[in-house]
Amino acid sequence: MDTPSTPLLQVEDLQVNFGAVRALKSISLDVHAGEVVALVGANGAGKSTTLRTISGLSRPRGGRISFNGKSIAGMAPAKIVRLGIAQCPEGRRLFGGLTVADNLRLGACTRTDKDAVAADSERMFGLFPILKQRLKQLAGTLSGGEQQQLALARALMAAPRLLLLDEPSLGVAPLLVRHIFSALAELKLQGMTMLLVEQNIKLALDLADRAYVLRTGQVALSGLSAELRDSERVAQAYLGAAT
Amino acid sequence: MTQLDYMLQQIVNAVSLGSLYALVAVGLSIVFGVLKLTNFAHGDVMMVGAFGVALLVGIGVPFPVAVICGIAAAAVAGFLIERIAYRPIRDAPDVARLLTSLAVTYIIENVGILVFTSSPRNFPLPAFLNTSWELSNGAITFTSINLLTIALTFVSLLLLGWFITRTTTGLGMRAAAEDMSAAQLVGLDVNRLIIVAFIVASAYAGLAGILWAAQAGVVQPQMGFTPLLKAFVAAIIGGFGSIAGALVGGYILGALEIFIVAFLPSSISSYRDAIVFAVLIAFLLVRPGGLLQPNREIKL
Repeated sequence: MDTPSTPLLQVEDLQVNFGAVRALKSISLDVHAGEVVALVGANGAGKSTTLRTISGLSRPRGGRISFNGKSIAGMAPAKIVRLGIAQCPEGRRLFGGLTVADNLRLGACTRTDKDAVAADSERMFGLFPILKQRLKQLAGTLSGGEQQQLALARALMAAPRLLLLDEPSLGVAPLLVRHIFSALAELKLQGMTMLLVEQNIKLALDLADRAYVLRTGQVALSGLSAELRDSERVAQAYLGAAT
Repeated sequence: MTQLDYMLQQIVNAVSLGSLYALVAVGLSIVFGVLKLTNFAHGDVMMVGAFGVALLVGIGVPFPVAVICGIAAAAVAGFLIERIAYRPIRDAPDVARLLTSLAVTYIIENVGILVFTSSPRNFPLPAFLNTSWELSNGAITFTSINLLTIALTFVSLLLLGWFITRTTTGLGMRAAAEDMSAAQLVGLDVNRLIIVAFIVASAYAGLAGILWAAQAGVVQPQMGFTPLLKAFVAAIIGGFGSIAGALVGGYILGALEIFIVAFLPSSISSYRDAIVFAVLIAFLLVRPGGLLQPNREIKL
């Protein structure tokens, strides 16, 4: 899918090492404004590492990452958030000893537009009504599904132009997974740009416009979700790894 | 003196001593929270605060002004320690960080000895703080500095409570203590949080040092060692790295020490410190996460 405009996020030949281990050999991908792009692939394919590196938590060994035309490779994570990339990390990573309200407040810590922050809080309560009832509760005492909703809401409170989602279905009961993905679908309708890592390939391809299939630190294939859904090569890329 | 008066007297003493331990332990916990580092130089920051006051009063600065300057000097010392000693080795292995922390302690103490000699000097307590109050016909006495210690501790701890539950920076500090990468992912500037943590912790150490010296009546370069050790015990009892835990631990330790001496026969109470450290070892064995964090393993 070629769009004439420059992509919002462009990753070219990204390489990341963990010590002597090469985690990413060469990843190239792009995400256009308004698009939802999925990264799928077996465990250890490099999906989470790709997101971590975009967010600045891992340092690239080579390659380029540009956001909105500006190079962000190797930049401090806090700066990357300020530029407009928020991540909802794998395993939720909430501040369990802080209240739901304080978690949301920290999600907006890079912003100074108080009125817009208040309006966004209200939007979050519309999207995830349960959070409004839990405001004073410690985040660590929420159920898995509620925690995932809070993690999403916390990331959204940064008012990102690009939302990175790492395994939003992991450790969440099936019924709530559906709830979370319908919230993501609603966000998509509102025009939110997302880069989604997801083990559940069906969920991922149903939501995303396009997808990249990663295998051992490289892009094995990419294309429109609709095409990939029926592709045998996707199944092959997974062989021997995912269940 | 009735039994009740005696009891009340010991409670006042316990709260006063516990306040000092709590003030020191809180600072240790704040720094440990964000850096996962035991800052042994924390005791020397206390010394900086106390010496600051002694020197300023010596040249004629009014006591309250000197106290504020002493606290500020301690905060600056903490800022410089972070900047010069800890920041360059932030990602180094734990052993290197621990050794650096010890080295900083020795350097500050020895510079202190070079400049001020190791002999104790008088701590210039103004007359209005040197008075004592009597209740029940003299059965209970406490000095003004006792009361001031308790009052200042309560006020400063309330302030800290407000800071860590109501301000974004304070919440951020707690968030970073829980999960550093998650804190980075929401956009918190970790460098800035660590600097704030050192400044806040050191200001509390400065206040504690001033109060400690005021109670002891003397200042000397090695004065930080004992309170640091005690605060360390207090923090472990409460739950290392937890601010609330440091408070609870500080007051428990203060009460333990006072009550051992007050209510046990002298043949036992002369082993006060041994008993205290036995309690510490028991906690490390049975409940290493302290009272408030029963499920957490700590690594010092």
